[in-house]
Amino acid sequence: MAEEVGRHVERHKIYRHSVVVRITHWLNAAILLVMLMSGLQIFNAHPALYWGEKSLFDAPWAAITAARAGNDAPRGVTTISGRSFTTTGLLGVSNDVTGQPQERAFPRWATIPADQSLATGRRWHFLFAWLLVINGLLYLASGVLTRHFSRDLAPTVQDLGHIPRSIWDHVRFRFPEGDDARRYNVLQKLTYLVVIFGILPVLIVAGLTMSPGLDAAFPWLLDLFGGRQSARTIHFLCAFALVLFTIVHLIEVPVSGVINNLRSMITGHYEIERRTRDVSTSLQP
Amino acid sequence: MSRRPFSRRRFLAGGAATLTGAMLAGCDRVSSNEHFQNLLDLTEQTNLKLQRLLLRAEQPAREYLEADISPWFKPNGSTDPADAEYRQHVRSNFARWQLVVDGLVERPGRYTLADLRAMPSRTQITRHDCVEGWSCIGKWRGVPLAHLLDQVVPKPQARYVVFHCADTMDVGETFEGGEQDNTADQAGTGPSQAPGGGAPDALPTTNDAPRQAAQDHSAPAAGEAPGGPKYYESIDLVDARHVQTILAYDMNDKALPVPNGAPLRLRLERQLGYKMAKYVMRIELAGNLTQFGQGRGGYWEDQGYDWYAGI
Repeated sequence: MAEEVGRHVERHKIYRHSVVVRITHWLNAAILLVMLMSGLQIFNAHPALYWGEKSLFDAPWAAITAARAGNDAPRGVTTISGRSFTTTGLLGVSNDVTGQPQERAFPRWATIPADQSLATGRRWHFLFAWLLVINGLLYLASGVLTRHFSRDLAPTVQDLGHIPRSIWDHVRFRFPEGDDARRYNVLQKLTYLVVIFGILPVLIVAGLTMSPGLDAAFPWLLDLFGGRQSARTIHFLCAFALVLFTIVHLIEVPVSGVINNLRSMITGHYEIERRTRDVSTSLQP
Repeated sequence: MSRRPFSRRRFLAGGAATLTGAMLAGCDRVSSNEHFQNLLDLTEQTNLKLQRLLLRAEQPAREYLEADISPWFKPNGSTDPADAEYRQHVRSNFARWQLVVDGLVERPGRYTLADLRAMPSRTQITRHDCVEGWSCIGKWRGVPLAHLLDQVVPKPQARYVVFHCADTMDVGETFEGGEQDNTADQAGTGPSQAPGGGAPDALPTTNDAPRQAAQDHSAPAAGEAPGGPKYYESIDLVDARHVQTILAYDMNDKALPVPNGAPLRLRLERQLGYKMAKYVMRIELAGNLTQFGQGRGGYWEDQGYDWYAGI
């Protein structure tokens, strides 16, 4: 079916993702979703971010508020570093369960539980934090033992030289084929490395720094982030960075072949297409 | 061989879809599920045990410099108790106020503010972390709780120190974020409520108060007598004997103001703000916590918050 005049497409499958990678990947996706949504619930209890050790309530670095003018419906306002945006419907003011506008930082569809409940949000967040760490450690152990990190994620010198070309390929939504498709491209490798060894660990340690108990046990945590409120802000920014990563990830998967990508992360098998110029060569094994 | 990946694929995909769907659609139902509650309680226990393992009993929280003190120390929860007896004490500047210490102790006692001020004192500049997420830094002076315990001599079966406070809580009152929206109570789903969450029935003011307040732009005025439970808190003896655990009567070199808990509040620097009871009237040593409130060890604990607030 894929035959053209003088051309032939040969398909074969390679085993791409180990069983540990596949299981931890999907568990991680579900756990991070719960962490995000329960985290937004917690954030809603005080929707403002600060730098340093303490909160200067008049001067948050970022805040989600609701502004009222007379009898008008409240307006959602998001302020970041002195600049304000109207965000009614999403941030500051969004609809309650009956469809009435209510003052609320993140909307009910984005939080666990949907209703405002800091206590429940915290309990979910701390349970799934343990699951995140256990799942992450399994993944890290497997990645080291199977040499997955050194073999598949560490960029080679040659890779680094291909960064400009890889950026150009991504801009045009062109994806590697044939032997090149066996490996992650260099932007992919760097992104995964930043997420796995940068954003996620910083996110977790910044989260731990919000604990007054752990701050007493490890006071250097406070110095690492420049104070508890800085740690809280960095925790939020890392979560935001993960959301951005996930959005790009969810766009890249369908444009680079939704069936093939999903199959490889479910069964492990990834299909490689090899185009050859004439039929005779393609018949060789 | 060729069929295996296919069936496995379907199994895995189905499993992942079911898991995610169940999580999203059923979060609120899951929250009130008994087994899930047990799992959440287990998390709290694990965090307590792990922190006790990592924290030496005497390890202090960081202390700060005068320059770090917050220009405004945000009072939270009750800021002006309406309780009649307490109002009397405010009017007389706490001249007739006495701290009662009793329960499982050999020598129960009553102490005036002057008595407490005459005891050894500790001054510390520490960071106060609210469960809502914000922090303030303040300077506190007070009598170490350990010193007071040595005066009354806890009995061997005493395990907890319970603080009884003057302020009566309106159950509709919640932490900051909750003021905006109390649909959890109104919708009756109430996943935030502790197992004893039948409280709204006993307390008819619960459901409507926040919405009315939002509409009227008026919080319940001081002097009204809300019918909710009194604030109380509890800590164990490990934390009670910690060097920074003090009963503070001064804040930032002045007598503790009413919004911050006059005349006496607890400072418990390795846990969150809601543990640090304000308006302390009576300290009771106890063997277990089931006899107080709804049995979870504190006012907010009865609303579903963790008893151990080191996180």
